[in-house]
Amino acid sequence: MKTAVIVFPGSNCDRDLAVALEDVTGTRPDMVWHGDSALPDGVGLVAVPGGFSYGDYLRSGAIAARSPVMRAVVEQANRGLPVLGVCNGFQVLTEAGLLPGALMRNAGLNFVCRDVPLVVQNSQTAFTSRYEAGETISVPVAHHDGNYFADDATLDRLEGEGRVAFRYGEEVNGSARRIAGIVSASGNVLGMMPHPERRVESAHGGSDGRRLFEGLLEAVGA
Amino acid sequence: MKLRIFVTLKPGVLDPQGRAIHHALGSLGFAGVDDVRAGKLIEMQVADDTDDAAIDAMCRQLLANTVIENYRVERA
Repeated sequence: MKTAVIVFPGSNCDRDLAVALEDVTGTRPDMVWHGDSALPDGVGLVAVPGGFSYGDYLRSGAIAARSPVMRAVVEQANRGLPVLGVCNGFQVLTEAGLLPGALMRNAGLNFVCRDVPLVVQNSQTAFTSRYEAGETISVPVAHHDGNYFADDATLDRLEGEGRVAFRYGEEVNGSARRIAGIVSASGNVLGMMPHPERRVESAHGGSDGRRLFEGLLEAVGA
Repeated sequence: MKLRIFVTLKPGVLDPQGRAIHHALGSLGFAGVDDVRAGKLIEMQVADDTDDAAIDAMCRQLLANTVIENYRVERA
């Protein structure tokens, strides 16, 4: 499967994502610069990486979400293209309007950088099919603005529609209902603060993140 | 024309920065501070004929995230 990783000024997990994707798909992803106005032809998955795009100016992900390439990503996502946003990528996807809510400063104000337990809430999404619902996995987080916020009506809707993909197994950053990752209404967009690409082989200290990429590859049918 | 745009967190949205400032004021011995909320001030120089609709669009599309923030425009 042909994949693409978006690269903004200040992205710093783009190469980690590229390595994980190449490892699982067998094909090196196209690295797409933020100033490009179109995605390469035939891309079956777009990954929006972690980092500090545009120095987190204004709000985390705010400027990146308005970059030329994101207009193309939004357009393709609305037509069903699978899009994965990790960490800053999750922030970018909410700012771009592909996912509801916002990621605010961590409740404790600290940058949180450690392994966290993640409980898989829904194993029926394209991103989580290789996990069991209720299973707890261990994946690292590294963020300052991971405190998920949405109004109660939105949170109820996300829960009711099974769109909470991952929840923290313990208090991490003050996120509403401990939400760590959500999918879009159509199910083809996932945003999550933890970094599955940092847990794809035993040298990483575990491979709990690998199944996300494997499941995605299977779901996309490549 | 000069614009001052105040971006503030909506009431009810937790403001950890405001809380930390509140706490620090207390540590300095300032009593009687009931609450602190931190926001942003954005100053812009725009063409004199910039209409309200355009200013409002700038706020909604970029300057404020209306999921969590309110904005108020002041013309100087």
